[in-house]
Amino acid sequence: MSDYEEWNWDIGKKQVADLSGWQEQFPYIEELRVSSDGERVAAIVKNEDMEFTVCIQSEGEELETWETGYDKAWNLQFGPDDRLSALVSDTSEWKVCTDGETWENGYDFLWNMTFNTNGVIAVSAQKELLYSVLNNDVPWENEFSRLTGMVISPDGQKTAAVVESVPVLESEIFKFRTGCYSVAVNGETWERNFMNVWNPVFSGDSNHVAASVRTSYYDYYIAVDGKIWDTVFSSVWEPRFAPLTITKAETKVSSDANNFTNAHNYSVTAPVKKGGKWFLAKDGEIFWDRPYFQLWHHLYSPDGSTIAAIVSTEFGRWTIASDNTPWELTFSDYVSDPIFSPDGKRVACLFKENGKWGVAVDGKAWDCQFDMVWQPIFSNNGLQLAVKIKKDGNYYIAINGSILDGKYEDMANPLFSPDNSSMLIRGRQGDSYNREVISLKGRI
Amino acid sequence: MSESKTVNDNKKTESKKIEDQGIQKGIEQLTPERIESVIRQVINDETGARLKVYVDTCLHCGLCSKGCHFFLSLKDPKFSPAAKVKQTLWEIMRKKGKVSPEFIKEAALIAYTQCNMCKRCAMYCPFGLDVAYVMSVMRRICYKLGVVPLYIQDTAHSHSVAMNQMWVKDDEWIDTLMWQEEEAQDAMENLRIPLDKEGADIFYSVIGPEPKFRAQLIFQAAVIMNAAKENWTMPSMPGWDNSDMCMFTGDYEMMERLKRLHFESALNLRAKRIVMGECGHAFRSVYDVGNRALGWRMPPIEVVHSIEYFNELFEQKKIKIRKKFERPVTLHDPCNIVRGRGLHEMARNIVNATCANFIEMTPNREHNYCCSAGGGVINCGPPFKNARVESGKEKAKQLFAAKAKGAEVVIAPCHNCHGGLEDIIHHYGVEMELKFFGDIIYEILELPE
Repeated sequence: MSDYEEWNWDIGKKQVADLSGWQEQFPYIEELRVSSDGERVAAIVKNEDMEFTVCIQSEGEELETWETGYDKAWNLQFGPDDRLSALVSDTSEWKVCTDGETWENGYDFLWNMTFNTNGVIAVSAQKELLYSVLNNDVPWENEFSRLTGMVISPDGQKTAAVVESVPVLESEIFKFRTGCYSVAVNGETWERNFMNVWNPVFSGDSNHVAASVRTSYYDYYIAVDGKIWDTVFSSVWEPRFAPLTITKAETKVSSDANNFTNAHNYSVTAPVKKGGKWFLAKDGEIFWDRPYFQLWHHLYSPDGSTIAAIVSTEFGRWTIASDNTPWELTFSDYVSDPIFSPDGKRVACLFKENGKWGVAVDGKAWDCQFDMVWQPIFSNNGLQLAVKIKKDGNYYIAINGSILDGKYEDMANPLFSPDNSSMLIRGRQGDSYNREVISLKGRI
Repeated sequence: MSESKTVNDNKKTESKKIEDQGIQKGIEQLTPERIESVIRQVINDETGARLKVYVDTCLHCGLCSKGCHFFLSLKDPKFSPAAKVKQTLWEIMRKKGKVSPEFIKEAALIAYTQCNMCKRCAMYCPFGLDVAYVMSVMRRICYKLGVVPLYIQDTAHSHSVAMNQMWVKDDEWIDTLMWQEEEAQDAMENLRIPLDKEGADIFYSVIGPEPKFRAQLIFQAAVIMNAAKENWTMPSMPGWDNSDMCMFTGDYEMMERLKRLHFESALNLRAKRIVMGECGHAFRSVYDVGNRALGWRMPPIEVVHSIEYFNELFEQKKIKIRKKFERPVTLHDPCNIVRGRGLHEMARNIVNATCANFIEMTPNREHNYCCSAGGGVINCGPPFKNARVESGKEKAKQLFAAKAKGAEVVIAPCHNCHGGLEDIIHHYGVEMELKFFGDIIYEILELPE
């Protein structure tokens, strides 16, 4: 997030956009997007010529639209640096457009616009049925007959994707078995081809890529930079690189444990299936020796010392395991969005039980349940946990199990202030899109 | 009954003359040791009391025979469900896995192409033994041996690469949605197919053939969703396809990968529920088999078949029709959503809400005959088409009987049923038109101002 500590954290509420003016001006408005600092609201709209463009409004400012109208625009997103980007088509040529300026390179189609944490943009691209990746408007030198699963490296310098490295036609099932897929990093494929490749992921230092592969219908491995583990498994889920070091300062803004920097340890972990049960493996060896009915979405604490994962301890019961110790509390329907506190001492997740959603922290569930709940967010000191929730058709913020006053018709995820004393709420109330900083003193 | 000559033709299907490259080349690579090893692994590690009880309990009474449209159509005892078990798992267990490549070839033909896994026979068995399960174990063994009909194996490969059934590339999917959105805007100004909308009430998912061959169904669904003023979305990224031929080839690892992606696509968007298009096998995979393989007793998000959704639209008066569909219709009950989910009365509610003249097929509801395409049989492709259509002879008789009562249109709320019935109608000269519920509703829908 750009200049997080420099944002306006003064307690108060202001209108960022008067949406009644939007409705008067535009016959067609798509979903609203809001910048991370809450100072700008935008949406794809149709102008008076019924062309697609983007409308933006800031506090006290008139509506602005991008100068150009397009045949089509989609995938509007504020990046982590708060630049506003969309994929736009002008006479059937697709380009990335950022803050109204289009990239030079045009393609027959663009999709999967992806950002690194600093806002570098990469996008999957197709021209004349050949597939490539554009990273910051620079295309790969090589093109492929098929490409999917593109990811951008943490430093924004590299992109990787699953590619069809040996063109194979439909119905060529025996050629398929010889291995026609690989990972391309900046357009260069790994030396080895596989029957299938899934889920490429970069190491924290951006120098390595791991992926799930299978070499036959039943031989699954984790491959790191094209080399497979020594051990075969009957199935695997997505791998992750271990972080070695990360400072507190680096975790101050984001509590997403996967945003690693300064990682120098290239050990890789992945859920693996063996004998009908799931385990966590590290560099090809079973690391968590307890068998689970299911195990996925494992993640590291920011300092890399602890691993947590979503597990099913018995058929139909789901929970979180931290360092191979599952919570006693289990849930029937679903567990998702596990997250460590910035200090790595706490783990939270979302759960669904009997059709209702809830939040659990360190093995204890909040008392209240909701119709829907979004990704949990720890405060920077790890003491508070906030979520955006939906209840009876309206959106609210809940902190540490209590629902705050203030009802919204639409809302972005809340953000804690750097000193944890206040919270930024960005949401729509009636025709007004508001930016509000509330004090948390006395509330929690 | 205006039955054609072909329906009465008792010519037997001779599976031995059918050559399939996937099966033939597959068995050429087998050794007795490999066969025995795979069989032991599957039987010992992946099955248990269920298989043993089914195989040991069968009294060979033959009551299941009348439950099987293969037997009824072809009048050959080898197509009795009990006989299919006898020719496959029974023999394998008796010989403790010491069977020949030629045996595996015949077993693969039976398991993949002579059983639609429709589960009708289970209703006729005094013990309720599920032969479809036994056939699925046989398929699992064949899959692990690499002996799978070429066309369905290719479809499973597509699932593994593109995460959809039809090799639809990521960009082709999105482009198709945008194209259908634009087309549908001629019917409703500013109509949208909202992509990746968070917090929608409905995550609408379809099967691979819709963007590939039947894009008008997406168009129609978009018009219906917009007319009902639904808060809905479709995903732009893989995870949109709810279908699952891996479930039918025996590639359960890929089935799990597909179902996980589908569920997580919907749940990551914080959708309230998944509404699925008119497909039967996909529903079986999402609602029953795939979710349980992953560890859920029930799907982690509410899953609603189009029949349930359309019924809800009429019950809650969310859409209006201009007038009822006037041509006489009959209704085909798809196995996976009728025997598998009990949606037959809801389907009739929709027929009654939309059609002026409804003629029941007999037998119907949970006793209805399979279209002969289900269970992945139609996906085994052209080598097996003639045999498949001949096994649909009983279905053809059923259609002719409904036609004799005046039915002109067959409503079949399932893609595979459409494919199978289309072939039967053409082969036997039934001359009836096939429609989805979506076709009917779109045709008579009153569009909002």
